[in-house]
Amino acid sequence: MSVSSSLPVTHIRPGARAVSFTLNEVWQARELLYFLVWRDVKVRYKQTVLGIGWSVLQPFLAMVVFTIFFGRLAKMPSDGVPYPLFSLAALVPWTYFAAAALNGSTSLVGNQHLLAKVYFPRVLVPLAAVLMPAVDLAVSFTMLLVLMAWYHVMPTAAVLLLPLYVALGVSAAFAVTLWTSGLSVRYRDARYVLPFIIQIWLFVTPVAYPASLVPERWRLLYALNPMASVVEGFRSALLGTAGPGSMVVVAVVVVVAAVASGATYFRSVEGSIVDLA
Amino acid sequence: MSDVAIRIRGLGKRYVIGAREEQHDTLRDRIAAAATRPFRRLAPGGFAESTTIWALKDITHEIHRGDVVGVVGGNGAGKSTLLKILSRITTPTEGEADIYGRVGSLLEVGTGFHPDLTGRENLFLNGAILGMRKAEIERKFAEIVRFAEIEEFIDTPVKHYSSGMYVRLGFAVAAHMEPEILIVDEVLAVGDVHFQRKCLGKLDDVARSGRTVLFVSHNMAAIQRLCTSAMLLHHGKLVRAGDVRSIIAAYLGGEARGGFVASARSGDAQILSADLEDVAGRPLDNPACTEPIVCRMRFTLPHRSPGTKIGIGVLSCDGIPVFTTNTSDAGLQCPSGPGEFDARVTIPPNTLLAGDFHLALCLWNSGAILDLHEPALSFSVDTGASLLYAENARRKGYVHVDCRWSVTHVDVAAGMPT
Repeated sequence: MSVSSSLPVTHIRPGARAVSFTLNEVWQARELLYFLVWRDVKVRYKQTVLGIGWSVLQPFLAMVVFTIFFGRLAKMPSDGVPYPLFSLAALVPWTYFAAAALNGSTSLVGNQHLLAKVYFPRVLVPLAAVLMPAVDLAVSFTMLLVLMAWYHVMPTAAVLLLPLYVALGVSAAFAVTLWTSGLSVRYRDARYVLPFIIQIWLFVTPVAYPASLVPERWRLLYALNPMASVVEGFRSALLGTAGPGSMVVVAVVVVVAAVASGATYFRSVEGSIVDLA
Repeated sequence: MSDVAIRIRGLGKRYVIGAREEQHDTLRDRIAAAATRPFRRLAPGGFAESTTIWALKDITHEIHRGDVVGVVGGNGAGKSTLLKILSRITTPTEGEADIYGRVGSLLEVGTGFHPDLTGRENLFLNGAILGMRKAEIERKFAEIVRFAEIEEFIDTPVKHYSSGMYVRLGFAVAAHMEPEILIVDEVLAVGDVHFQRKCLGKLDDVARSGRTVLFVSHNMAAIQRLCTSAMLLHHGKLVRAGDVRSIIAAYLGGEARGGFVASARSGDAQILSADLEDVAGRPLDNPACTEPIVCRMRFTLPHRSPGTKIGIGVLSCDGIPVFTTNTSDAGLQCPSGPGEFDARVTIPPNTLLAGDFHLALCLWNSGAILDLHEPALSFSVDTGASLLYAENARRKGYVHVDCRWSVTHVDVAAGMPT
């Protein structure tokens, strides 16, 4: 009867596989995940004048600009919904996604000091960076509800699907982050490339226009962008528009594949994070 | 006790320094390197060996449950790299290590502290980072705050803390972890003397509770006091492992058995041994402030050499000279030799304050150093029953100076002292 039989054993081996995280390990560290998110939320609006108001202001101003230029001047169709509501219902999840992806991509580099001094599953850092903007999402979502009340729009039973779209959006941001956070440790180019990609991504996502504008035969290709389904999903769940339909299936497959490949890539680089940066 | 806590086999870590082959900071570099790689293989020399360094090489060692192991070595010996690998912060290049039990590592005090968060918030954050459960932190909260002595500032952002408060809070959190294996890097070099002693006391408790501790320090007195065994690293290699005294002696360049003993007779003038004893000539391990400390040194002068002097230097635990004294201070002429001689110097009672000290020995003649050991041995002074500590348990500094005081009443109306 050896005492050590009941103790956890850590095997340290050369190569990346040695520090690879397991789902169990991440689950064990869930409290740390909570604290990392909590820290970023606490710190985020310290010493700012507007504080949490920023999370409302950003999508709100975008909505105003979109309404003037796309709604009024370009007469963009909006699936029979008032254009401000139509665009805000998309801007709320989109703003989250853009913030989460950008925040996540710099998370490893930004937490370098922490990573160099203590071990915990490295994946918690990008995960926390993706979850933190969800607080802003909740606040801006409240603004969306206020605007819905203003226009007397009531959500239908489709609102039950909303958690699915939120989960899909968070997963998409996490997938992007798994790739970009690891890449930016090695290649600092990533931090310049991603903002540009996000900008382009906004235009291939039906934020300012409805997905119905895309011709039917291109719809499958269009569905490869999971954010198209997330944005259309938000609209259908809250405003009762047609929704992403079968595009969601493609989106789920894409996101699952992206998270899986991202996790594999992340595992392959997490061992060298400290040495490289 | 024979249970293995850490088993290390052939562990090595190579760092690539300044080599283009391994460092691609931008995608463009990577692409350029990929394009030229086939040709570079053909170039004579190939991969330049000089661009890599082994921070650690061929480390094989076993640490048993309950061992308190001191890791000593000079700068760049690989101590921190070893701790980083065992803490899973970085991966080894070769070899392997198995660790049985949960590991808590303290490589820095206050890791992850955020300046804008309050002491309370940082306490929870830091605890979680170190692997403590929220419930565990809540349970120990009051104890941690008391240990850190920052009760009244617990809700102040840590950016307003003094560096001492910051360090105290950081250490207090870490000191309340309860892993089976504790890995501690040179963290006691910070804070005031009082707190350093408190930290050492806490580590002592941890060590006594049967947990395994791996402890890097340059403070030999601390190593000597805490550790049950030690490892000596030099240029990334494990030079020696075993009993603490001989490792410290090997590190400091001598062989200490009870005190200091020269490793070999050189045939020249040299200090052969040095011991601490009390006035009655009994060996003194742990003197109290109130006791005189006698240092007895044996030295040899193989030739006639008039004007030879012998002296000691007392250094603080972090190597700062506190004072030096030598034979000519006392107006004493050393015998000219040849022969072997015993020199005795008595440090008067109530001179050294409680703390850890090193002793340096020197033998010289008209400016030429014949033999120097810096430091030769280490010792701790305890408060004992000293009245110096009756009023204030934490005196600052290293020595007590018997100063003369007077306090007189001033008659303000007359403007004259009465």
